[in-house]
Amino acid sequence: MNWYVLSVNAVAFGGLLFLLSAGFSLIFGLMRIPNLTHGSLFMLGAYFGAALIVGVRGVALNFWLAAILATVGVAVLGALIERLLLRQLPGQPLAQVLVTLGLSFIAADFCLMVWGGDPINVETPAGLGGFMRLGKAVFPNYKLALIALAVAFAIGLWMLLDRTRLGAMIRAGVDDPDMARVVGIRVSRLFTIVFALGAGLAGFAGIMGGPILSVYPGLDQDMLPLALVVVILGGTGSLLGSFVGSLVVGFLYNFGQALFPELAYFVLFLPMLLVLLLRPQGLFGRFVP
Amino acid sequence: MTARLAVLALAAALLVTLPFWMTSIYYINVASQVLFYAIFALGLNVIAGYGGLVSLGHAGLFGIASYATGYALAAGFGHIAAILISLCVGLVAMAIYAVLSLRATGIGFIMITLALGQIVWGLAYRWISVTNGDNGINLHGRPEPFGLSLSSASSFYYATLVVFVIAVAAVAVFVRSPLGAALMGTRDQPRRMNALGYHVWAIRFWACMLSGLLTSISGILFVYYTQFISPQTLALTSSAEVLLMVISGGAGTLVGPIVGAALVIIIKSVVSGFIERWNMLLGAIFVAIVILMPEGLVPGSARLWRLMRRKMSAAPRARAEASS
Repeated sequence: MNWYVLSVNAVAFGGLLFLLSAGFSLIFGLMRIPNLTHGSLFMLGAYFGAALIVGVRGVALNFWLAAILATVGVAVLGALIERLLLRQLPGQPLAQVLVTLGLSFIAADFCLMVWGGDPINVETPAGLGGFMRLGKAVFPNYKLALIALAVAFAIGLWMLLDRTRLGAMIRAGVDDPDMARVVGIRVSRLFTIVFALGAGLAGFAGIMGGPILSVYPGLDQDMLPLALVVVILGGTGSLLGSFVGSLVVGFLYNFGQALFPELAYFVLFLPMLLVLLLRPQGLFGRFVP
Repeated sequence: MTARLAVLALAAALLVTLPFWMTSIYYINVASQVLFYAIFALGLNVIAGYGGLVSLGHAGLFGIASYATGYALAAGFGHIAAILISLCVGLVAMAIYAVLSLRATGIGFIMITLALGQIVWGLAYRWISVTNGDNGINLHGRPEPFGLSLSSASSFYYATLVVFVIAVAAVAVFVRSPLGAALMGTRDQPRRMNALGYHVWAIRFWACMLSGLLTSISGILFVYYTQFISPQTLALTSSAEVLLMVISGGAGTLVGPIVGAALVIIIKSVVSGFIERWNMLLGAIFVAIVILMPEGLVPGSARLWRLMRRKMSAAPRARAEASS
């Protein structure tokens, strides 16, 4: 395989991981819990989107419309999880983590029940199916579009966090939730907003990943550890950390699979262990979990 | 206290005579599974219950010991050597786990053990040239301690029961020992324990090693029972299952994990007969227990029992007071 093509694949996969892990990192930063349903939300987004594109009762939707609907659906689901379940266990991070773990099993079985065990292939959206030639190398248009989209989302999220009032409140909540409450920020409402935002991003990543990864049972278990590694590498609650972490993991995963297919997982986790040993708060993290 | 002794004697009598009144071989096998999963749950409970260190990667350790037994037997070692090798491999793996994950506590510990468990799973699943991937490894034959064959369901059950009783006794002794008390101290007040001169890290490390020993023992019993090991055994679902055993029964109690193991294994083997959706039920029980009965079944029902007795003894007294 060509090095250029491999690099573009790695960056595109990194972009996908950024969409997945930015929300994971924000939720972790604000609520101090790793959301173990995050892989499931990714998979649910992929299945919702794929089902809408394939068509429900003969009504098939356009890719982008399906992606938007799936994103909104998963975001609402995320808000419900936070409101109805996690809200019942305030100040008990361990119980909250276990609830998200239980939910991830329910979600996995739900997908298996509704959509069966066969992978669903999602067609690349119209207009992005071709290739771009640059010298000798050939790049699929969809992956280039994915990179552009991830960069756009990174800028958008950065603007949201750095330039708006809501973003300032979220940052205050991440840095010191107690002090944020004292100055009148309703941190518990931020929990719902950030959980819905993170869930929506994960769902969106799921459907955007459909044309590359396809949609299959076990997608959740494949993606969750990657999000975990990104956040441990980059540091919790840091957007820059997720961005850099996603790129690193994207490269490690793609090159690892091309060079040592049997040990790809090990190659991926080795730098994580190094970071844990040398810099436990992550490369750009603010606190040690 | 006498009530507790009576319950204990009854449980012991039931366990010892089980193969006589349980005529179906299937249910004797379920009982063996309950026993070795109870050892696994006891092992996890040492750190999760008494130490406050919740691990989501213990299925990886369990699997490492199982794979080690498979490799050692395939390499031509005898059963005793294979078991000793597996215990050593399991303990070394636990030491590596502990050194890496004890850098954190609480949520950080969960994340690191989860990641480690996924590494082990990934290696078992993808490193096909060594682990045979999803097809797993087959074993042939069970050991014959003192010339007794363990090939029948009831003889394997009795062998497991002996190991189980030793494991329960070991944990009971550990909990009452100074090290056990110190471990609970590090769970509740790590900074105070540190200030009192205890080496918090070392106490946690040795607790992890005991946990790893019990986990390895149950892994070896498991692989001798099923005669087969595949990456499925190491998956996150398995780690969550054993954690559910600990939490549903009651973390930090001696009986809790045993009750939890019986509950989970019985539900799983009975339910999977007519429902395919075991994982959905597992998840639902998990969420329900965490929200409704966070302290677990054993402490939860003990509390209900005390409440009921107080009500029962209070009611006649109140009536007597009202009539006088």
